[in-house]
Amino acid sequence: MSTETQEVVKSNEPLFSKKNRRLMSTPLNDDNPITVQVLGICSALAITVKLEPAIVMSISVFFVLAAGNVIISLMRNLIPNRIRIIVQLVVVASLVILVDQTLKAFLYDVSKQLSVFVGLIITNCIIMGRFEAFALGNTPWKSFLDAVGNAAGYGWILITVAFFRELLGSGQLFGIDLLGNATEGTGVYALGYVNNGMMLLPPMALIVVALIIWVQRSRNKELIEE
Amino acid sequence: MQELVNIFVKSIFVDNMIFAYFLGMCSYLAVSKTVKTGVGLGAAVIFVLGITVPVNYLLENYVLQKGALSWVDPSFAEVDLSFLSFIMFIAVIASIVQLVEMIVERFAPALYSALGIFLPLIAVNCSILGGALFMQERGYSNIGEATVFGLGSGVGWFLAIVAIAAIREKIRYSAVPAPLRGLGITFVITGLMGIAFMSFMGIKL
Repeated sequence: MSTETQEVVKSNEPLFSKKNRRLMSTPLNDDNPITVQVLGICSALAITVKLEPAIVMSISVFFVLAAGNVIISLMRNLIPNRIRIIVQLVVVASLVILVDQTLKAFLYDVSKQLSVFVGLIITNCIIMGRFEAFALGNTPWKSFLDAVGNAAGYGWILITVAFFRELLGSGQLFGIDLLGNATEGTGVYALGYVNNGMMLLPPMALIVVALIIWVQRSRNKELIEE
Repeated sequence: MQELVNIFVKSIFVDNMIFAYFLGMCSYLAVSKTVKTGVGLGAAVIFVLGITVPVNYLLENYVLQKGALSWVDPSFAEVDLSFLSFIMFIAVIASIVQLVEMIVERFAPALYSALGIFLPLIAVNCSILGGALFMQERGYSNIGEATVFGLGSGVGWFLAIVAIAAIREKIRYSAVPAPLRGLGITFVITGLMGIAFMSFMGIKL
């Protein structure tokens, strides 16, 4: 009963009221899914060697999260509580199949690079986490905004990590040589600059994320853990 | 036999789920505050991977692959259901986790009270679905290899979570810079452990 009256009140709000805008903006920094909520780390680390797959991955997660959040939110009064995890998994899995088939059809190279990580969007904790924490208790429009915010928060971390790893690791961005050619020794390589091959190895992704966490928490003291 | 030992050792050290592929990081970071809970979750992961990988192997080879249905009727030889693999794998994993939970509760209450709270978490642990997808991608030749791969991956994950939990218990007494405390330093340590594990990479068995 009480939820009904609440919804009536909420529907009078303008679409981009202050509260709704906050839904989109807090996940960017203060409630970032990766560095604060600790969700969706797996994929964030494994596919950030290059910028292009990272961007494709962010867009895929955005699509799955936005569509999934809206669908779950529409069904929230129909789903029996006991089997909700399986219902959620089926919704996500169907959306991920759509993404996977689309990538295979139009971006075959990137889909090969992402390999199993497209499939792993299903168990990406961001998606299940937002379903559980938000979509199950809120209206579709709010859930959509929440999805936009969280996908953007996830995306910017992914893209930042990939930017530094590709630039420092192979001297390229999007596969284009920016610092000159390493084998021919042109550009900055002529001055003795050397690519840091370490950055291409998987463990460095963790260190780069740790540095982002460091910067973020020094700027916002409230996030510091005991 | 030697082939099986190879796959086992390789999946523990060289292709370690955490250090080489970062699978199951969410629960790895969330449940590694003490060694005790780490051991509990690690054991549950070994258990579930050891069961779900061979089951998904059977599903892959007798239902989903192109021509896999020809054992039902030769006219199905052209049917290719592999696009359904994600949804089938995750359904199998979710239901097996549920089933395992009920069986363990009924027949081994002591084990249930040790693993109990961790089992439901495991359905959404990336390393389980990751195990199934790697099994599919690498195309193991028989069910024995798939089982050994599943168990090995589980043991690798177990080692990783126990190691980080032990380090996190000790690091509480160190003077870590305030913004790095908790999550940040755990990332750094995992990175350093990952670099150490990379020394196994060149090993050919």
